[in-house]
Parts: sequence; C-alpha cells; structure tokens
Amino acid sequence: MSDLLDIVLRCVIVVGAFMTLPLLVGQMEHKAMAHMQSRVGPMKAGAFHGWAQLVADGVKFAQKESIIPAAADNAVFRLAPAVALVPYLVAMVAIPLGPFFGQTDLIGQDLDLGLFFVLAAMSVGVLGSLMGGLGSGNKYSYIGGMRVAAQLMSYELPMVLAAASVAMAAGTLSLVGIANAWEPWWLLAQLPGLIVFFTAGLAELQRPPFDAPMADAELVMGPLTEYGGMRFAMFLLSEYAGIVVLAALTSVLFLGGWAGPWSDQVGWIWSLLKIVVVSFLVIWARVAYPRLREDQVNALAWKVLVPLALLQVTLTTFLVVL
Amino acid sequence: MMGRPMYGVGLLQGLRVTLRNMTRRSVTAHYPDVQPDLPPRSRGVIALQEENCTSCMLCARECPSWCIIIDSHKETIPATTEGGRDRSLNVLDRFDIDYSICMYCSICIEVCPFDALHWSPEFAYAEGDIVDLTHDMNRLREWMWTVPAPQALDPGAEVPKEIAAYEAAQSSPEIPGMAE
Repeated sequence: MSDLLDIVLRCVIVVGAFMTLPLLVGQMEHKAMAHMQSRVGPMKAGAFHGWAQLVADGVKFAQKESIIPAAADNAVFRLAPAVALVPYLVAMVAIPLGPFFGQTDLIGQDLDLGLFFVLAAMSVGVLGSLMGGLGSGNKYSYIGGMRVAAQLMSYELPMVLAAASVAMAAGTLSLVGIANAWEPWWLLAQLPGLIVFFTAGLAELQRPPFDAPMADAELVMGPLTEYGGMRFAMFLLSEYAGIVVLAALTSVLFLGGWAGPWSDQVGWIWSLLKIVVVSFLVIWARVAYPRLREDQVNALAWKVLVPLALLQVTLTTFLVVL
Repeated sequence: MMGRPMYGVGLLQGLRVTLRNMTRRSVTAHYPDVQPDLPPRSRGVIALQEENCTSCMLCARECPSWCIIIDSHKETIPATTEGGRDRSLNVLDRFDIDYSICMYCSICIEVCPFDALHWSPEFAYAEGDIVDLTHDMNRLREWMWTVPAPQALDPGAEVPKEIAAYEAAQSSPEIPGMAE
C-alpha cells in the first residue's frame, strides 16, 4: 500500500513540476526579454506585473476552434502536438532534483540508464515538430519540417558525445550517480562539453538563434503554421518544457545538480536554482543573438561542435585512464 | 588579420548589451495610466480662435487634403460719420475641419495671417463614427482653451520683430514721411 502511495505521490510531483516549471520559464521569458529590450512586457493580466499572462493565454487557446486543413494528413497532424509534448513529461520522470530535507532523492524514478533515457526522450520530442511539418500539407510547414530533420541529424551527435564524456568521467549512466560523482574541477575539465551540450540543446529545441525551422520571416511559423488553439498551445508548452528539461539535464551533468552548501537538506533548491539560471541563459541567448542561416546552423554543428565534442571525449578518456 | 577583434568577442558583446539593458529602466510609456509629457508645439488638434478669423479662405485653399470647409456672409456696418462710407465685414457661418482626412501638415496654421489657428497638444478625440471626426467651429473654438502659451525664446535669441519694431518706433520721435 505504501509502495502504491509512493508511486502516486511521485507521479503527482512530476506532473505538478511539468505543469508549473514551463509556465514559470515562459513568464520569465516574457519579462526578461522585455526588459532586455527596454520594454516592460505584460503588465495587465493578474494586476501585478502581468503574472497571470500565461494563464490568460491558456484560456484564450482553450476557447479557440480546432482547425484541420483539408490538405493535412489527418492522423499525423492531430498526433504531432502530443508527440512533441509527452516525451518531455516522460523525460522529467527520470531527472533527479536531489535530497529533499533529508529524504532520499527527489526523483520520479531512478533509472540505471537515466541519461540514455532522457536523451532518447528529448529526441522523440523533436519528432513532434517534424510530424507537424510533414503532416500539415503546407509548403512552409514542409520546408520547416525538412529543416527540423536536418537540425536533428546535425545536433544529436555533438549532444550525445558531450553527454557521453560526462558519463565516462562519472563511470555511470544513472543521472543520480553522475550528479553524486560530480566534482568542482569538472567545471573546467568539462567546460567544452558544457558549451557543446548547451548549444546543441538549444538547437535541438529550435530555440533562437537556432530557430531556422520556425524562421517567421521566411517560413511563416515553420511546422506550426497550420496549428491553432489547443494544439498550438501544446507545441508552445513543449518548447518551454524542453527548456526545463535541457536546463535540468545541463545542471545535473555539468553543474553538479544539487551540489552546494547543506545539499543534504536543501539540495532540491540548489537544483531548481541552477535550472532557473540555465533557463535564463536560454532566454538571454534568444535576445542577444540573431538567427543563424540554415547553412550556418549545419556548419556550426559539423565544423565546430562535433570536433569540440570529440576533443572533449578524448580529454575525458585521458583523465579517466590517468 | 591584424586589428580585428578576437573571434567570439561579438558574442560576449551581445550578451553584455542585453544584460545592461535589463538593469536599466524601460522606456515604455504607460499611456492610459500615465498621461504623456508632450513637447510644446505637439500637433494634436487644430484650435480656432474664431474672433481672429476674417474668412479669408487662405487656409482652406492651401490645405493639401481639402479638409477645411468655410462659409461666410458679408454684413454691412453703416458709416459712423456723416457722408462716410459703409464698412463691410465678413462674418463666419461655418468653419469645419474634417480630421478624418487632415494630415496634420500645419500649412493652415502657417498660412493664417491673423493667428486664428493654433496647435493644441490634445490628441484623444477618437470617435465611433467617422462623421463625428468633422469638428465644427464651436468645437474648434473649445480646443483654444487647451492651447499652451508660446514657447519661451532661447537665451540670447534675436528680439522678436514685433518688439524690435515697437522699440524702433519709441526711439525715433517722428516717423519719416508722416511730418507733412
């Protein structure tokens, strides 16, 4: 009975995190981006500095009509938002947040293959926008879909290599194990890996400056062109959930997860803090950098990130062997 | 390659500029909550000093978009002295400005010889019906109350020509040619 209760409680916590953290990141994007551009962002919804803007957006999306274009591939078109969103929920199950007031790790389920599992789930998430692009029956969506595919092919490799470097150093694929094995000098030794992983993660999420698949000036909205209402909201939510997952993974792999003072009591707060900081970096990059052209996107992956990741793996190998 | 900044410096600069912006106050004007602080001579709405208008029609004819409509009639003022001439006077019947076609070029105000037209900084006169954007002379007269005082001259500016002429007249006891 207590096992069942345990499972239910963990599920509730994971779903709760899944429903709130992306919204917090979204709100942070609204406000941080606005202030970086000398604006104030949403101010009206919720009376105090527009805190309820995303709730209002959600209500608006829910009221909208669900439209399926005549030329669309019906089943694929309808399935795509779920394929984009659900993998991030699945990925969150295996991401540890660390000790919770002396309790064991705050995590949905500690997997031996946690790193592998989360990376696999993140890749499936990208398939959602690929399906949306190819299933919409719209040429802009189609071009966007092709760009998503190209980007997925290019950035999967450096991301996995950078993650593999950390896994080698820690000697385990379990995310809890990696975070426990983390030592501060890894910040320096794994710095190229951190840069490669974060950049490749941005590209995987199609976040600016790697939003060539969306490129609203050329492709309307890329794979999301034909979407509206709740389906569009799910794509939007998946983008922010993706940021949370990427930030959590980056902090667990490269920033020591819950490492910090009194981490056996408030480790989960350190984890959340690191997630917020990395999410802020994602937003910051969006404001600071213009979009990369399609050829630049792929050139960056193959000519810079892959060699860098290979170097990092080599370096880690030497460090581990020594 | 000499003199070129190091590779990647631009990336850091981008981050620095955006972060610096974030720490500074935003420039957003919170308009409906806070009224804007408009500079003098803002082109909000044209006010009519009806008493100054002589119905000379200059404004209506110069208007590039033909948005001024003037009707007037002539009244005769009988001569005040025996054997004198009757005076005729233009009386304004109608002075409309259609703000749905006005382009705020300010030519009517420049061209008015008697300072009957003035800019007022009031701008909030949107209407639900386009017909109501035509302001008649009563409404245009009411805008006069919102016209700000003329801007003060810059320190060290030339003396305005009206005052210069007045001072010149004061200093010379007789105006040449008037002595006969």
